[in-house]
Amino acid sequence: MSKTVLVIGSGPIVIGQAAEFDYSGTQGCLAVREEGYKAVLVNPNPATIMTDYTIADAVYCEPLTVQSIIAIIEKEKPDALLAGLGGQTALNLAVELEKEGVLERYQVELLGTSVASIQQGEDRELFRELMESLGQPISESQVVSKVEEAIEFATKVGFPVISRPAYTLGGRGGGIASDPESLKELIENGLKASPIQQVIMEKSIAGFKEVEYEIMRDQNGTCISVCNMENFDPVGVHTGDSIVVAPSQTLTDTEYQMLRTAACTIVSALDVIGGCNVQFALDPYSKDYYVIEVNPRVSRSSALASKATGYPIAKMATKIALGYPLDELINPLTGDTYASFEPALDYVVVKFPRWPFDKFPEADRTLGTKMKATGEVMAIDRTLEAAFQKAIQSIDTAVPFIEDIEKEMTAPTDLRFFAILQAMRLQASVDWIHEKTQIDRFFLQSLKQMVDLESKLQAHTISSLPHSLLKTAKWFGFSDQQIAQHTKASEAEVRGLRERSHIVPSYKMVDTCAAEFEAQTNYVYRTYAGVNEIEPLQAEKKALIIGSGPIRIGQGVEFDYSAVKAIDSLKALGWTTIMLNNNPETVSTDYETADRLYFEPITTEVIAGIVEHESVDLVFTAFGGQTAINLAEDLEHAGLPVAGVSTDVLDALEDRDRFYEALDQLQVPRVAGQTCYSQQEALQVADQYEYPLLCRPSYVIGGQGIMKVQNKQELKEALAKTNKRHYPVILDPFVVGKEIEIDLVGDGKDVFIPGMMEHIEPAGVHSGDSMSVFPASLPQAIKEKVRHYSQQIVEYFTYKGIMNIQFLWQEEEVFVLEVNPRASRTVPIVSKVSGHSLVDLAVRVMADSQDVKQIPFVEMPYVAVKYPLFSSHAMPELDHILGANMKSTGEGMCLGHSVGEALAKVFSHLPDLRQEPEACFIDSDDVDESLATSLSFDEWVQTKEAAVYVNDKSGEVAKGRRIQALKYGISVFSEPSTFKAYVDSFPYKNTEPIALPKMNQGVQSI
Amino acid sequence: MKGYLLLQDGQWFEGEASEQWKTPAQGEIVFFTGMTGYQEVLTDPSYKDQIVVFTYPLIGNYGVNERDSESSNIQVSGVVMFHCADAASHYESTSSLGAYLEKNGVPFLTGVDTRQITKTIRTDGSKQALLTQQKTGVLQTSDKKQIFETQSEQIATFGEGSMHILLIDFGWKKSIVSSLIARGMKVTVVPFTKVDQVSKQSFDGVVLSNGPGDPKDSLSLLPELKKQIESSPTFGICMGHQVIALAFGANTKKLPFGHRGANHPVKDRQTGKVFMSSQNHSYVVDETSLEQTPLETRFYNVNDGSVEGLTHKDKPVLSVQFHPEAHPGPADAEWLFDEFLTIVRNKKGEKVYV
Repeated sequence: MSKTVLVIGSGPIVIGQAAEFDYSGTQGCLAVREEGYKAVLVNPNPATIMTDYTIADAVYCEPLTVQSIIAIIEKEKPDALLAGLGGQTALNLAVELEKEGVLERYQVELLGTSVASIQQGEDRELFRELMESLGQPISESQVVSKVEEAIEFATKVGFPVISRPAYTLGGRGGGIASDPESLKELIENGLKASPIQQVIMEKSIAGFKEVEYEIMRDQNGTCISVCNMENFDPVGVHTGDSIVVAPSQTLTDTEYQMLRTAACTIVSALDVIGGCNVQFALDPYSKDYYVIEVNPRVSRSSALASKATGYPIAKMATKIALGYPLDELINPLTGDTYASFEPALDYVVVKFPRWPFDKFPEADRTLGTKMKATGEVMAIDRTLEAAFQKAIQSIDTAVPFIEDIEKEMTAPTDLRFFAILQAMRLQASVDWIHEKTQIDRFFLQSLKQMVDLESKLQAHTISSLPHSLLKTAKWFGFSDQQIAQHTKASEAEVRGLRERSHIVPSYKMVDTCAAEFEAQTNYVYRTYAGVNEIEPLQAEKKALIIGSGPIRIGQGVEFDYSAVKAIDSLKALGWTTIMLNNNPETVSTDYETADRLYFEPITTEVIAGIVEHESVDLVFTAFGGQTAINLAEDLEHAGLPVAGVSTDVLDALEDRDRFYEALDQLQVPRVAGQTCYSQQEALQVADQYEYPLLCRPSYVIGGQGIMKVQNKQELKEALAKTNKRHYPVILDPFVVGKEIEIDLVGDGKDVFIPGMMEHIEPAGVHSGDSMSVFPASLPQAIKEKVRHYSQQIVEYFTYKGIMNIQFLWQEEEVFVLEVNPRASRTVPIVSKVSGHSLVDLAVRVMADSQDVKQIPFVEMPYVAVKYPLFSSHAMPELDHILGANMKSTGEGMCLGHSVGEALAKVFSHLPDLRQEPEACFIDSDDVDESLATSLSFDEWVQTKEAAVYVNDKSGEVAKGRRIQALKYGISVFSEPSTFKAYVDSFPYKNTEPIALPKMNQGVQSI
Repeated sequence: MKGYLLLQDGQWFEGEASEQWKTPAQGEIVFFTGMTGYQEVLTDPSYKDQIVVFTYPLIGNYGVNERDSESSNIQVSGVVMFHCADAASHYESTSSLGAYLEKNGVPFLTGVDTRQITKTIRTDGSKQALLTQQKTGVLQTSDKKQIFETQSEQIATFGEGSMHILLIDFGWKKSIVSSLIARGMKVTVVPFTKVDQVSKQSFDGVVLSNGPGDPKDSLSLLPELKKQIESSPTFGICMGHQVIALAFGANTKKLPFGHRGANHPVKDRQTGKVFMSSQNHSYVVDETSLEQTPLETRFYNVNDGSVEGLTHKDKPVLSVQFHPEAHPGPADAEWLFDEFLTIVRNKKGEKVYV
C-alpha cells in the first residue's frame, strides 16, 4: 500500500494569505501523487482548485484546528504531514500539532523543514540569536511584551520605530509609530494580535532598498536562489503592498552576490528542507544591509518567483520534502537540465498589488508594514516601461483624481505610483521625486520615459504619427487604446495604422535559462521588442479561456477554479487549450495547466492578437468572472469567436429594462424596480416607492457601490457618490425575505440544477457576505417554483451554459432578484458538495452540444455551510457591518450530517456560550440576552474572555463599538440571524470529519 | 545610426550603433546569461577579443564603478545589448556604461533581439562575428593566441603574508589575487612564458590563472609549467585547470557554445553537494582522455556532465573549470581557496619537520 501524506491548506482567503496558497497547495498535492503517494488534503476553502476532486485523493473541508486534524489523522492514518504549502496558517498548525505531541502519538512524520527550524525562523528572539551567531546584521530590535518596554526601546533608538507581532500573517497588527501616543496603541493591538503576546520592535530603516531572495534547499544541503526581487517602494511599505521588480535592477553583482550568499547562509543554518524566503534591507549608499525576516515555507513571494522565472518552487519544495535531492529532479521547463540551477531571466517582471480601496472608499489608504492588498498582477516584457504599462493595464481599477501629489510622495498610499506619473506630467524632476520618495532614480527614470513618450504622442494626430514613434510606444507597452487616447483617435484607427505599418506583436518564451538551452515550455509573453519565436500550437480545435485577473473583493479564487475546470473539461473533449491571465498567484497561470499560457493583460487587443496568432476557434468568457464576461461584447464586435450565448442575450439578461420586460412576459415574479439613467430620474422614481430603497449601480463587481437608503436625503448622497460610468442605477424597494441562490447549466431547453442554496441572513446582505446552506431543505412548492422559473428563463433566452440566479423567498412566493450569465462565486461549492462539476457540464453544453435532461439527480447525504471571512485585521478602521456592498475577502465551508453539525464546525473557534456567557456581549433588541455578560461594554471589551460581540444597530456609537471589538480580535456579529445560527450549533459536539464526494459518474461519463 | 552584427555564416542583426565605430570590430561571438556583473565580464581577460551578447535585456543600470573591474582594461572587442541604460543609478558609479565603452573605444550595438542572437549561437555554435556599419563584411581568419596578449608583461608581487603563492598568469582576474590576499597570502604574478625565470623552491603553492582562448596555445611551454606544478601544491582555475590537464597528458576540446553565466550547477563527487558556479569557458577537458593520466574527475556539471574539476591521484593538485573567485557570479565555491590553502599549509608544515 502506498504511503499517505496529509497536506494542510491555508484556509479561506484573507488579506496576506490568498490564492498563492491554492497554487502552492495544488502543486504540492499533485507532486505528492506524482511520486506515488496518496494525498489527503484538509482545507476548508471550497473556492480553490486544490479542493477539487482531481487534485487530492481525499479532500476535507474541515476547520484548521488541532482537534479537527486529529480526527482526520484517526480516520485517514497518514504516514506524513506536509505543512509548508499552506501559508502561516498551516505552519502554525504544524507547530501546535508537534507541541501537543499529536505527531508523535500518531507516528506522523513532518515532511520538510522541522518544527525547531520553523520556530527559529519565526520566533523573533530565536531568530535574532541565530542572526547574531551567524554574524548577519539585523536592525536594532527588541522583543517586548509590555507597552512600557516598547516606549523604553523607542526612547533608546529614536522614532520612528516598527512593530511586528510574532507569529502573524501579512503583518497583522503591525505598523510604524512616530510618537509615543501612536506607539502605545500600536503595541496594545500588536500584543493582542500575536498568539504568543510578543511584539518585536525595530528601529525604522525606511528608505533602504528592499530586496528578497527565494531560496530552495534540499537535505544534502544544496542551496539555490531561484529568484531575487527588488521592491520599487523602499523599506517602509509591506512587500505585499509594494510594486516589485524581478530580477533586482539596481544592485551591482557584488551586492547581488553578497545578499545571495547571506540568504544561503541563513537558510542553511536554519536547516530548511524546501523553500524559504529571505528579505533584506540594503543601504542605497553603502554595502550595509539588514536581514528583515525569513519565511521558512513557500509564500506569496515564492508564487511570484515561480511565475517570474518559470521555476515551480512549490512542486520542487514538495519533492525535496519527500526526500529527493535537487540535482536528481528534472527542470520541467527545459526537460533535460536539472532543478539544481538558478534561473536566468531575459525579460523583466513587474508585480503590482491590487488594493480593495475601490470597495472601501472610507478605508485608510496609507501603506505601511501591514499588508492591505487583496491580490496582485504580474507583467512580463523586454523593457521595464512595458512591464509597468502592462501591470497597470492588468490591475483593472480606476485611479481617482489625486489632490495632494506631494502628500502621496511622503506618506505613501496605493496612489503613490500614479501620483508620481502625475507629478512628472506637471514637470516635476526625477531628483525631486527621489528626494521625496527615496525610490531609486533608475525606476523613476523609467516612469519618466513613459511620461515623455505620452507627451510626444500628444503632439501628434493619428495621421501625423511617425512610424518610429508608434513603434517606440508599442515597445514601451502602450496599448492601442492608450495611443488612441493620446492622439485623439479611435482604438480601431490605431490598430489599423499599426497593422498597415507592420508593427505587430511577437511572442516569446519564459524558459528559465535565457535561451541557453532548448526549452519545451508553453509559457509565453508578448512583446513588440523582438521577433516572434512561438509557433501556433498544432491542433484541430483550439479554445482560449479568459481568466479573471487579480484577486479582489467580489472576484476571488473561485473564478480561477472555474477557469481551470474549464480547461480540464475542454482537454477531455479533445480541445487544445490556451489560457490568458495576469495573476501570478493562481493555478490557471501554472504553465502546466493549459496547453499554452499567455501571461498578459486581459484586454481585447491582447485577445485579438492571440486569436489571430493561434487561429483560436472559440473564446470562453464565462469562466473568468465579471472581468471576462465584460469583454464579451467587445470581442464579438471585433469579430472574434465567443463561446456560449450571444452578447445580445447577455445584454438582455444584464440590462434591467430588457430583463424585467422578459420576466414580465414570462409572468415570472420579480422585485419591483426601475432603471434610472440620471440622478434626476432616480429621485423622481424614488417617489413611487416606499423607503428603504436599494440603489444599485451597473457594471460593478461584488455589489460595489450598492447602498440601502432610508430616505431621500440618503438617496441624494448615494447618487452623488456614484460615478457616471456606473449609470444606469437601479432602484429597488427593499424587501424583507430570505434569499435563495442557484447555479444551473442550461442547454437552451432544459436546465440542470444540482441543488439550491439558502442564505442564513435575510435579503439585503450581499450573497458573498452571507452564510448559506447547501443543499437547503426548502418546502417542495418553493423548490418547484425556483425550478420552474429557472427553466422558463433558460428556455426564453435559449440559454446555453452556466448561470446563477438569485431569488427572494417571501412566504409562498419567490421573486427573481438577479441573474449572472456566467460561472458564479458559488459554482465550486455547489459542484464539490453535489458531486456534479457544473463547469464541466457547461463546457460540454457549450463546446459539445451536451443536453442536460438525462443527468441523474443524486441525493446528498450531508449538508454544507458556507461562511464569509473578513480581513478586518488589514483594515481595522472599517465597520464590517453586513450589507449590500460585499466586504469579505474569502469564504470557508464545512460539512455536516445536519445543518447544526456543519455550523458547529464553522464556529468551532468560538466558545460555547452556554458554558462561557462572559465571552459574549449583546447590543441588539432581536437577540436573546441570556447568553451574555452583565458587564458594561467598556469593561467587558477589556476582559480576557471577550470573544463574541453582537451589534446590529446603526449609528456612530454602534459603529465605533464594532470597530473597537474587531481591533481587539473579537468576533463581531452584525446580523441576529448569524448569531442565532451560532447559538443553534452549541449542542453539536465532536462531529466527525466528512470527505467531499468523488464526482458523480453521471456527469463524468456522459 | 544603424549598426550590424554580422555572423560568419552571413546572418546579420540590425541595431543601433554606438557613436565611435571607426573600423569594424571582429571577435568570437559569445553570450553571457548572468543578470548582473557586466563590468566584471567586460574587464575579465578571459573575454579577450570576444564580442559578448548580454542575454539580460537591461544592462548598465548601475553604471560602472572603480572597484568592480577585473583588470585595468576592457578586454572584449565589442558588446551587444538589448538596452543600455542612458544614466547610471548607483552611489559608487563613476560613469554610465555607454560613456565608459565609448571612452575606451569599444563598439556596442543596442536595440537588437539578443534572445534571437543567443538562440543562433546556441544552434550554430560560437563563431567569429563582426560589428560593422554594413550588412556585409569580411571576417579575418582568427589564429590569435590570446593568452600571449593577456598575460602580464612584468613579474609583480601583491600582498603580504607568511606564505607565498606563485600565480602563473594567462590573463589573471583581480578577484583571484584578492581571494588569495584576503586569506593572508603573498602573491607573485608571473607571466606563463616567464615561469622559467622564477625559482621553484621559493613558493609554497602555485595557482594557474584563468585566461582566454584555446589552452593548447600553451603547448610549447607545458614541460616548464608541469615542473612548476609538480613542485608545490597547485590549484588551477579555468584556463589553469585545462593547462594542468594538458600537462598531465589529457586532452581538451571545444564546446559548441561554451558556458558563460552565473548559474551552472556543479557537483562535488567527494561531498555529494551541488553548488552554483560562475563560468566562462569555450573549452573543456575531455573526460575520456583522463584514463591514461594520473588525474581524476572530482567535479562535474550537473546539466551536461562535462568535467568541472580534477584532482591528482598522488600529488596535491586541484583544478576547477569554474571560477571560485566569483565576480561576477555566486561565491558558493570560495571554500576551494580555503581547501587549497589548507593543503599549502600542511605541506609547509611538513617541510619544517623534514
